[in-house]
Amino acid sequence: MSRLLAVPAGLAVALLAAPLLGLLARAPWAALGHWWGRAETVEALRTSLLTASGATLVCVVLGVPLAAVLTRVRGWARRLLRVAVLLPLILPPVVGGVALLLVFGRGGLLGAPVYRWWGVSLPFTPGAVVLAQVFVGLPFLVLAVEGALRAADRRVEDAAATLGAGPWTVFRRVTVPLVAPGVLAGAALSWARAVGEFGATITFAGNVPGRSRTVPVAVYLALETDPAGAVALSLLLLGVCAVVLVALRDRWWGGLA
Amino acid sequence: MRIPAGDLPGARRGRPRRTRRSRLSGAAVALAVAVAGCGAPAAPAGRLTVFAAASLTATFQALAGTFEKERAGTQVVFHFAASSTLAQQLVDGAPADVFAAASPETMATVTRAGVAAGPQTFVRNQLVIGVAEGNPKNLRSLADLARPGVAVARCAAQVPCGVAADRALRAADVTLRGPTLELNANATLTKLTLGEVDAALIYRTDALAAAAAVDAVDFPQSAAAATDYPIALISRGDRKELAAAFVALVTGERSAAAFRRAGFTTL
Repeated sequence: MSRLLAVPAGLAVALLAAPLLGLLARAPWAALGHWWGRAETVEALRTSLLTASGATLVCVVLGVPLAAVLTRVRGWARRLLRVAVLLPLILPPVVGGVALLLVFGRGGLLGAPVYRWWGVSLPFTPGAVVLAQVFVGLPFLVLAVEGALRAADRRVEDAAATLGAGPWTVFRRVTVPLVAPGVLAGAALSWARAVGEFGATITFAGNVPGRSRTVPVAVYLALETDPAGAVALSLLLLGVCAVVLVALRDRWWGGLA
Repeated sequence: MRIPAGDLPGARRGRPRRTRRSRLSGAAVALAVAVAGCGAPAAPAGRLTVFAAASLTATFQALAGTFEKERAGTQVVFHFAASSTLAQQLVDGAPADVFAAASPETMATVTRAGVAAGPQTFVRNQLVIGVAEGNPKNLRSLADLARPGVAVARCAAQVPCGVAADRALRAADVTLRGPTLELNANATLTKLTLGEVDAALIYRTDALAAAAAVDAVDFPQSAAAATDYPIALISRGDRKELAAAFVALVTGERSAAAFRRAGFTTL
């Protein structure tokens, strides 16, 4: 049995690891310092980490309640909600970016009146990067939290209610602690997805250095003229994300492992 | 319409000059057939893969229509993108027969790698300031684009249209305020047509193609930023005759009008 599993599992590991090994094999080791130390690189990394963290925060604030709603509604409303949650997973990110432009852009459904009345527009700002990342990252959080909610023993909530706790207290004091590991796992997933986001970002937020240029966008640009630089930047992004996720895992959801 | 066979010899005798000309053109056709057939047992046919700069999209598609009509069984498959992206893909082994780039530097990365050989320059493109129809913000020069409150899109310096933009801005001694640096000419134009920016540094050809939504403002420094378009055969391609025929069509006299209509300068 274990041998039967070992073959496909080994193939899966090879499939996941091979591209990473390719990056390491082509890495310009001697020039890494030069690439990582450049002001533009530091700037892009800062933009990436700040926007991805902001996006994760938004995902948690909006996504946990949505997951809770998803476990409660029934019938067609649930099916409709499910599709809405899953759609961004299926949509090519570039299409998502175009869709965001058509709604929140200066000429968009909501963006146009806002621009007319207040003169502000969202595209090309860090806020646009965050919105693009929320769009692609939210499903990961919602699905993880919904799974945790369904697996949790809901009778504890009923017990709290019979002991006199109001719905808000039950949610805050019972439901949230019950699904905290799921929320943290979902937050990590959506953060990782946000950090790697490229298509929706470049389409909706453009590429303004210091404002909307994230590391994936910088990687794409470097690829145009200097593939070694693109590899160096990719390794930086991978390294930083690995460190962040491992550090948080030990601190926050060590119990999951 | 029936023509009595007996009339033909008489008609020929009556118009000797025309006869000579028709004989000459007959010889030309025979020669063309011979040349086309040279080195190939049958007329070259099949699928030709052409990697071309995004700015060539409309013209190349029209030329391919002519090409396919003239050669039954031929199909031209295009891959349009920023030519620097295409160059990278070609160096990495992407299968193609012809490469048309939007700058000599981009072509050089491919020829240096031994992937393509013998590039020929066939057209030249220039930048214009693209603005929304009617030019609502009254932008007349590159300096106007640096005004506060003017959102600008241009190509990133890593792609040919961005190199041209840099050259033009240097010539005008203008520094833009936080423009969005787009990944290729089409993305830059899209930001303008969607109304997200007030102005975009775009190719004249793209401005013409989008004339329904976009006005073009010429600026004097544009000449400093003219970029040459080279075309070359991919060395490892296995449809050399067909590829050479396509390159001949692109560089040939009869395509010049189509390129000029699209906004290119022919050489």
